[in-house]
Amino acid sequence: MNSMHQGFWDAWELIITFDRDLYEIVFLSLKVTVSAVILASLIALPLGAFLAVFRFKFRRYVIAVLNALMGLPPVVVGLFVYMLLSRAGPLGGFGLLFSPSAMIIAQVIIIVPLIASISHQAIRDLWSEYHDLLISMNATRFQRAKALLWDGKRALLTAILAGFGRAIGEVGAIMIVGGNIEHATRVLTTAIALETGKGNFAFAMGLGLVLITLAILINLLIHIVGKTERASTW
Amino acid sequence: MRRLLGTLLATLLIASASSAETLRMAVTTSFYNSGLSEILLPEIKSDLGFDIQLIVVGTGQALRLGEAGDVDAILVHSRAAEDQFISAGYGTHRREIMYNDFVFIGPSGDPAGIRQASSAADALRAIANATAPFISRGDDSGTHIKEQNLWSQSGATVEGDWYRAAGAGMGTTLNVASGMNAYVFSDRASWLNFGNKGTLELLYAGDPSLFNQYAYIPVNPARWPHVQGDMALTLEGWLASEKAAALINGYTINGEHLFTFNATQP
Repeated sequence: MNSMHQGFWDAWELIITFDRDLYEIVFLSLKVTVSAVILASLIALPLGAFLAVFRFKFRRYVIAVLNALMGLPPVVVGLFVYMLLSRAGPLGGFGLLFSPSAMIIAQVIIIVPLIASISHQAIRDLWSEYHDLLISMNATRFQRAKALLWDGKRALLTAILAGFGRAIGEVGAIMIVGGNIEHATRVLTTAIALETGKGNFAFAMGLGLVLITLAILINLLIHIVGKTERASTW
Repeated sequence: MRRLLGTLLATLLIASASSAETLRMAVTTSFYNSGLSEILLPEIKSDLGFDIQLIVVGTGQALRLGEAGDVDAILVHSRAAEDQFISAGYGTHRREIMYNDFVFIGPSGDPAGIRQASSAADALRAIANATAPFISRGDDSGTHIKEQNLWSQSGATVEGDWYRAAGAGMGTTLNVASGMNAYVFSDRASWLNFGNKGTLELLYAGDPSLFNQYAYIPVNPARWPHVQGDMALTLEGWLASEKAAALINGYTINGEHLFTFNATQP
């Protein structure tokens, strides 16, 4: 209990004194995760729509695999991306290991199945509702997918926010591919792991509070910008 | 949306192109936890003009990063593994820089009575005989390898519920020991900087077999053309310099002296 108290005050002090290191890792956390969420959404939303609208032979198996990959252990993704980006690996020539780009790649792999699965679910329900209408309008498959993505945007927002939540709180993969380098690849979660390892529980807890507050603020901001969850609208 | 994407791609590219004036060095957790790097890095930056990015891992992983050419140099503490690394051609040479020591930590009640031990091996025998809880790193790090060697020297049978391998870094292992009120083998620096001591205390230290030699190894640029070989040599010169000696020998935590500089001039 004492540690939690102390952690709260430590965190508060760092925030109001504009501690440079704290703001640096908060900024990098946001930069990495927001980049990963945007890239992952560009892949996963069309993928979800595609799986809902198009019928092909192994569709059921692809969806089952995608659903299962929602539970992908981040450490395994981290190791996989490490082996890809290592100088000894196939993509070693780009020199991306231990950079924010490597962390973004790992997070994209982790959250694409999550965003695609949730959006597929949402679009499938919408598709059963819109099916006759879109068919009778003689819309092409791409037009159908586009219309469904647009009309399902509220549900897709939930999918994206779920992806954001998983990415911002992730530590296993980015620790391996980012290396937790001070002033280069240290983000909130890896800093929390480091401080816990040093036995500085109060400080680690404080950083945890900063992380949670940040996640709440981002979600709130998206609702405000998207004009969702307001009293006057559904 | 298109502009956003453009910005994003640009950031990605900038982020990946920043490695020109930095040297990447894999260091062990025990070195990093000591806090000495926070004293040395700013001095290196002002003297040599380049940044050093530290990847903090166990000795086992540090050597693997060196093998794969993912770092430019390593600073580790496990002689046998280092020699193997050099003879396999992954590193050019090995330069001893400094040493500190390992210590035995345990509950202040000291149920196994290792305070009176005559040697490190004797302390371990006492723990095994008392079947007192002992937490091992169990992660193939330099500290873990050292602990394993001491166990085999002691001749004690390491088996049973009392012996637990945490499979984690020094900090996490100390946390586990603190939670279970168990004995643990640690480097002195990590212990002094550890913030969750609980009822644990330093019980035994000082046996010469507990000395912990750190060595610097530049990764072989002949094997990996992108490795910053010149910078790695410049850094080696600095680490073996008189200035580094003064900083290393003068570094203390709570008034306790931690490292002894012992680099020899070629």
